[in-house]
Amino acid sequence: MAELVENNGTELTEEMKLANRVQFLSFTLGDEEYGVDILRVQEIRSWEPVSRIPNVPDYEKGVVNLRGAIVPIIDLRERFGLGHLAYTPLTVVVVLQTQAEQGHARIMGVVVDSVSDVIDVEEKTIQSAPNFGTKVSTEFINGLASVNERMVMLLDVNKLLKLDGLDNEDES
Amino acid sequence: MSIDMAQFHQVFFEESFEGLEAMESGLLNLDMGDVDDEEINTIFRAAHSIKGGSGTFGFTSVSDFTHVMETLLDEMRDGRRQVTQTAVDVLLGSVDCLKEMLTAIQDEQEIDEASVAEHKKTLEIELNGEENNSVTVETSAVETINTELLQADEDGEQGWHIAFSPHTHLLKTGNDPVRMFRELSGLGELTITVDFQGVPDLYDLDPEECHLSWDINITGAISAAEIDDIFDWVEEDCDLAVQSLSAKAGKAQITSTPNPTAATVAGQDETHAPTTETQSQVKAVKTANKPQAKKTNKEVAKSSAKGSGSIRVDTAKIDTLINMVGELVITQSMLSLVGEHFELNRLDQLKNGLAQLERHTRELQESVMNIRMLPISFVFGRFPRLVHDLSTKLEKKIELVLIGENTEVDKTVVELLSDPLVHLLRNSLDHGIEMPAERAASGKPETGTVTLEAYHRGGMIVIEVRDDGKGLNKDVLRAKAIEKGLIDGDTVLTDKQTFELIFMAGFSTAEKLTDVSGRGVGMDVVRRNIQSLGGNIEITSELGKGTTIAIHLPLTLAILDGQSIAVGDERFIIPLGSIIESVNIKENMINRVAGKGETFRLRNEYLPIVRMHEIFEVKTALATKLTEGLVVVVEGQGMRCGLFIDDLLGQQQVVIKSLEANYRKVEGVSGATILGDGSVALILDIPGLVRLSNQ
Repeated sequence: MAELVENNGTELTEEMKLANRVQFLSFTLGDEEYGVDILRVQEIRSWEPVSRIPNVPDYEKGVVNLRGAIVPIIDLRERFGLGHLAYTPLTVVVVLQTQAEQGHARIMGVVVDSVSDVIDVEEKTIQSAPNFGTKVSTEFINGLASVNERMVMLLDVNKLLKLDGLDNEDES
Repeated sequence: MSIDMAQFHQVFFEESFEGLEAMESGLLNLDMGDVDDEEINTIFRAAHSIKGGSGTFGFTSVSDFTHVMETLLDEMRDGRRQVTQTAVDVLLGSVDCLKEMLTAIQDEQEIDEASVAEHKKTLEIELNGEENNSVTVETSAVETINTELLQADEDGEQGWHIAFSPHTHLLKTGNDPVRMFRELSGLGELTITVDFQGVPDLYDLDPEECHLSWDINITGAISAAEIDDIFDWVEEDCDLAVQSLSAKAGKAQITSTPNPTAATVAGQDETHAPTTETQSQVKAVKTANKPQAKKTNKEVAKSSAKGSGSIRVDTAKIDTLINMVGELVITQSMLSLVGEHFELNRLDQLKNGLAQLERHTRELQESVMNIRMLPISFVFGRFPRLVHDLSTKLEKKIELVLIGENTEVDKTVVELLSDPLVHLLRNSLDHGIEMPAERAASGKPETGTVTLEAYHRGGMIVIEVRDDGKGLNKDVLRAKAIEKGLIDGDTVLTDKQTFELIFMAGFSTAEKLTDVSGRGVGMDVVRRNIQSLGGNIEITSELGKGTTIAIHLPLTLAILDGQSIAVGDERFIIPLGSIIESVNIKENMINRVAGKGETFRLRNEYLPIVRMHEIFEVKTALATKLTEGLVVVVEGQGMRCGLFIDDLLGQQQVVIKSLEANYRKVEGVSGATILGDGSVALILDIPGLVRLSNQ
């Protein structure tokens, strides 16, 4: 009986711990490590040739057919101004989706150098993103987390994917 | 009742809106002099179902309101009341009011009680005012159909005798007699005798079947409707006879025929003596006629914004689909059989199988597309009312002729077509058709005719709005355009171009504005809407004879006939409809304007050249000199231009996919499609390209 109670007790604390933890998928771009909320990741694919879209910024690589849906692919390296890296069969595309707004989630693929890990981050330990002024674009960075002494920049998927919509408005 | 009624609300609303439409068109069809009984019956039935439905779902305000309408209609049906224009107008007004009430309930908003009360009052005035004059038959009616509350019997014995013998499958429909008895017991004192003679031997007994029947006596002040409500759900699955205890002697009998035959329907039409007509009988007839009514009005109620996501499909279409999927499965199993033990001598079999597969896939695609098709009557259906109202308002005599209402069009097209058509029709009524006196003076019949015709032509649907009115006056149009500064005084215009002036923004020739039309904002919007659907609009007119406006639209927005082209290593699709021709141009055809813009001469016409590889920044383009590649002459929004490309690849049907769903709108591109090899090709938006090249 006493054992049972104890068990329940540990389970409870475990759950409480989990409740405050967020899982991120981490990936690398050059020397930098980034993370996205794992619940926003739909799938991870290898790079495949895209159909180019005319008259758009270079980092918008084009669109691919993802099981019947037309999905845009964005090169995060180029998006963040980290220079272009030649695509190899090992280049990874992380397919992300936004939180459904009005029942419609947008899907987009981002090209990254490699996917590294799934990391557990305690919500409390997430630092807010430092302000670098206008020099470095930090608008997509939700916060910084430290994992094994490494710094991981946590990206805001909604902002990352929404950017296109904003661009669109500016153009039209 | 423990069933969650909310899940049926949507169906109720759809059916009610259908019913309202049926009532409206029925009322408009009523011929004052010679009233068609069947027509009134249809209207009555619609009203009755709405009343019943709203009662069931607890929308009492609706059922109370409909009840008054129903009473009025009932008297008309029995011939106890003359069908007058005023009565019809009052009823039409009530239909509108009902529509508002239902929409309000659907949107979970407050019902405008004031307007409801007002309409109800008008109805009651109409009802009672006439009733005083026609008391003759009334007195002879022992029990009229709509006497909701049975009057207390003089003998003091109030109640009903119900003979209820369910069909064997009753339990399978999810109905439980016990539950119904429980509800009955809530109404009054119950005496039930069960008849178990029908129960088979234990050996033959299927426990899921119901073999019992009951005789129920219920006493208390109960209305027929209350009993009716309880048996509403099982009506079609049982033999039910409800008799008033006081009338058991055989005065007023209420019987229900489980399988109403055509004879009952026909019989009822001739029966005018209300004594024999009973509520249940009417209900039975209603059910018998329902499939018919559905067929003609199967369109989903447009007025419900929420309902636009659903579609009602003809069962036959679904059956075809199922058949086709069945065949597909057979073909697939055949193919896998061939594949399992493949030898070279079975190659023919494989080829056959693949050919079959291709055919099935195509058929399947067609029938799936077909599901989205709705008859155009979905839009046309509300025009009689519009014409009726407007002609009264404008004091003109106008007849509306509808042709080809059953022409089927894609749901999306149908929905987007509605507003432009309303606008065109209003224009025809307001500006096209002259006043009766004017018409008579010019030797035309006083009644003007407006024709709405829909037909298919070459993969497009054509909708024509024709009137025999005064036609467009070219000189007036021209003068007006010059006055408004839309064209220069010395511009030479062809007839066609002159007529097209009316599509320009800010153009109106009406001397004074009416609230019907004439503000000059409409026609350009109409044209824009039509063009956004991938269609075009043409206008022909003869002064004094009338105007015809023809709208050409693609049958569907989901599939497009495309020409795939190559520019470098990239593939694009040009909508086949916008291609006029493809030419190899020679050096001597090319002209340069101001050193930059390139044009070429094609049969005495100078067309601008749009270099695809330049505006789409294709770096791999093979042909950079105009003489090396091909020029495809395309037309969009009345503008022609030559698209300079590398090569034409082939024609194919492509399924249009949205770029905007995950991405955004791209200038010069209307969508994307997936090619046979799984890659994505962009579909060119010709007007957009022309705009892009002008920048």
